[in-house]
Amino acid sequence: MSAEYHETGLSEEARDLHRAIKSLIEELEAIDWYYQRIDVSKDPSLQAVLAHNRDEEMEHAAMILEWLRRRVPHLDSVLKEYLFTTVPLHEIHAAEKASGGKVAAPAADLGIGRMKQ
Amino acid sequence: MDILKRELAPISSDAWTLIEQHAMVRLKGNLSARKHVGLSGPHGWNLGAVSLGRLRLSQSEPREGIHWGLREVLPLMEVRIPFFLKLMEIDSISRGLKNPDFAGLEEAAQKAAWFEESCAYHGFAEAGVEGMIARSPHEPISLRKQVDLYQEFVERAVVSIQKAGIGGPYILALGTEPYLAVMAGDQRGYPLRKRLEGILGGGGMCWSPALEGGVVYSAREGNYELTIGQDFSLGYAGHTRDAVELYITESFTFQVLEPGAAIELKLNP
Repeated sequence: MSAEYHETGLSEEARDLHRAIKSLIEELEAIDWYYQRIDVSKDPSLQAVLAHNRDEEMEHAAMILEWLRRRVPHLDSVLKEYLFTTVPLHEIHAAEKASGGKVAAPAADLGIGRMKQ
Repeated sequence: MDILKRELAPISSDAWTLIEQHAMVRLKGNLSARKHVGLSGPHGWNLGAVSLGRLRLSQSEPREGIHWGLREVLPLMEVRIPFFLKLMEIDSISRGLKNPDFAGLEEAAQKAAWFEESCAYHGFAEAGVEGMIARSPHEPISLRKQVDLYQEFVERAVVSIQKAGIGGPYILALGTEPYLAVMAGDQRGYPLRKRLEGILGGGGMCWSPALEGGVVYSAREGNYELTIGQDFSLGYAGHTRDAVELYITESFTFQVLEPGAAIELKLNP
């Protein structure tokens, strides 16, 4: 159980969101630490192991972020707006305001995929 | 901007959302094979071919003692189905129109789904695609119109695949007429659909627009592979004062890895 709840009486949904957000923070923090350790280590074999472990943390972070995206509609919306784009990031929001709507995501497919029920 | 050029279309984000939702619903409603076969991807536009893992040795004499061969690959098809939407109709979405006329989009989505289905079941020789029915070594089972015999037909189909040493779960994919017949049921008490599902070893039944009769196939991993480059997407082709031309596109190919995993149920009059 996390000892960092900001409020009492939280719903089960809010607790799950908290768990996921905390997990994401921890994965990102681990990536940061691995980067720092790789940077200062003088042993190439240790650097290789640390880089491998860091990349695994990235996979964990991506998984938990996707879990959050599937449950938080606004997060889904902003990720769709910003991720996998090529225009300068600060121009996306300006373009959205100018067009009065979202900028179409490049090369986005319709998300049909496997269609697992 | 990317290859789909959607930013050039005179379409508001509200309208894009509605267009995408309509396309997605119509595509999903007409696709069956991709739910049950091995799916590789989507890999994006950059994937041009699937490596088949074989080397075709050169027939010519070695040059200077150098032997060579070519790796065998299966190129992906790139499919594009154009359609038109009226700009007045699209603009009205921003005015609150809830039921725009998307007939062109719906027809294009059905065609796109039908083509993927047809390639998976029947193949498409021009692109080197062999379908599961076309490659099946089993003698087709004659699917006569007496629905009370369907259970026996499906049992025979499953046994034929099992005899070839291929396990389940099994999928029963049917065209419109036999599918409706199964849904209507027969004279026996327990629903025919449930009885058929019991035979399929944890698999299931589905409808396909590309079938007249049907096919029973194993959904076990390693029998079939659908490789998707760019999954179904909407792109922009051009516009006039009155209409915008969009298209549905997809890049894919299909491989039969285990021909004995399917048996056709051939509809006879």
